[in-house]
Amino acid sequence: MNGIAYTRYELLRTFRNRRFLLFSLGFPLVFFWLIAAPQHNKIIQGTGLTYATYYMVSLASFGTMMSMISTGARIAGERQAGWTRQLRISPLSVRAYFRAKVLTGYGMALSSLLVLYISGSLLGVSLPAGRWLAMTGLIVVGLLPFAALGVLVGHLVNTDSVGPLMGGLVSILAFLSGTWFAITSGFLHAFGQFLPSWWLVQARNVALDGHAWGTRGWITVAAWTAILTAGAAWAYRRDTARV
Amino acid sequence: MTTATTAQIDGPATKTNGGISLRGLVKSYRGPLGPIRAVRGIDVAIAAGETVALLGPNGAGKSTTIDMLLGLLKPDGGTVSVFGRLPREAVDAGMVGAMLQTGQLIRDLSVRELVSMMASLYPDPMGVEETLEVTGLTATATQRTHKLSGGQTQRVRFALAIVCNPDLLVLDEPTVALDVEGRREFWSIMREFAARGKTVLFATHYIEEADANADRAILMAHGRIVADGPTTEIKARVGRRTLRATLPDVDASSLAGLPGVAGAERHGDAVILSCVDSDRSIRALLEVYPTAKDIEIAGGSLEEAFLELTGEPDAEEHQPGAR
Repeated sequence: MNGIAYTRYELLRTFRNRRFLLFSLGFPLVFFWLIAAPQHNKIIQGTGLTYATYYMVSLASFGTMMSMISTGARIAGERQAGWTRQLRISPLSVRAYFRAKVLTGYGMALSSLLVLYISGSLLGVSLPAGRWLAMTGLIVVGLLPFAALGVLVGHLVNTDSVGPLMGGLVSILAFLSGTWFAITSGFLHAFGQFLPSWWLVQARNVALDGHAWGTRGWITVAAWTAILTAGAAWAYRRDTARV
Repeated sequence: MTTATTAQIDGPATKTNGGISLRGLVKSYRGPLGPIRAVRGIDVAIAAGETVALLGPNGAGKSTTIDMLLGLLKPDGGTVSVFGRLPREAVDAGMVGAMLQTGQLIRDLSVRELVSMMASLYPDPMGVEETLEVTGLTATATQRTHKLSGGQTQRVRFALAIVCNPDLLVLDEPTVALDVEGRREFWSIMREFAARGKTVLFATHYIEEADANADRAILMAHGRIVADGPTTEIKARVGRRTLRATLPDVDASSLAGLPGVAGAERHGDAVILSCVDSDRSIRALLEVYPTAKDIEIAGGSLEEAFLELTGEPDAEEHQPGAR
């Protein structure tokens, strides 16, 4: 019970924020149309996927990753504004607070996903309902490490550095994970598979045969979720011990 | 404070029995030059229904004490009891509302939405509309929180403190950022709410605020309580006034001998008299020196008064911390 209404207002606040609409929804959308529209039916060599499918999932992973990590910016802002202290003298539990933050992150991520799915469909991406669901499911699970990363970042850095840190991190992860161009062999291919964002992007392979991750993918995502959750818990304790 | 029951108006054995009690509270921080002993063993008992001012200069330990009372900070030693409960339990039961010293409002919500959001967290809150009405925010209710004036922001923060319908209201220097009109307005709203039988503790460094809004004042300096009593009594002890006048050609030492004057200084043509009884001093001054002009009488600074009450600042640590 604790925190349901709180979560609702959190979502309301987030969707009223113009910067969110611009960066989390608008940015991936614009890139998708710019890159994919001119040649949407062409197959990208080595992937078996059309431009439309490839970049729909790539930019969805980029946008959703951004949505989840931006939880960190909101936490950092609320810490700095003294709002976190105000909440600590209310019955809202720490657990409920983080649940609200993570659910809000997912709310943003799913909106970003939805607008890209719609755009993809308009450019000819056509999948059976089961595959849309499977793809969405993988992205939702693949975002778990980033939910934890958002909380970790939010308690580790201040509002001045959270923007550049997030922007830099997401750009590097997107590059190494094959968001902008296909990485099919070589060192980058071997290295990328250790990253959680790699598997987020790999969700696109659902479009090929319904399978995308395999054991390695699940283990990598689970390991990062565990590591980053432990990190988030540590950062939270360190932050509140100081008051 | 005899027992809490004397202050109870709504029958015996209500949930506010026992009042507030701080016993032997001690708290140190790590500072760059070794530990800073922010609170050095204080004992306070506040009966239910009392309005108490916590007075003291910056660094006296007021905010640290309040943070421990609210359960935001764990004491190094001593105990806190809020109506017979631990601070966390009292907070969870919605018995405590507080306005912390610093804190902005979160943005992208209207005033009504923000108040509703906080109300949703409590077991038995006051109605949102009632809260807005009490705080004079009904007309502002649809405005976004990041577009409010300073005075409106403080009233919203007050609304957030009282929306749980607390038995104990804690305010840490609530008017520090407000102008004169904003202050007057804020305290009038606060007094009206306190009149519902609430227990109130507020920190301030303005003796006038303590005098106008509290029954009792507790003076803190260097982490200790240096005086505790009715505000009128405290005011008499620390309420020294400064009388300033333009009066050339008179020796400061002869002014120091006037009735009610404790000390005199000269700054160019102006003389500054430190008065224990400014009424007697001004009469005597004008009688003896009718040419004195540009006369101003002002309340003395609390810092000066405290220095006198507490003696020299501790040699051991001259900087007792910011909170």
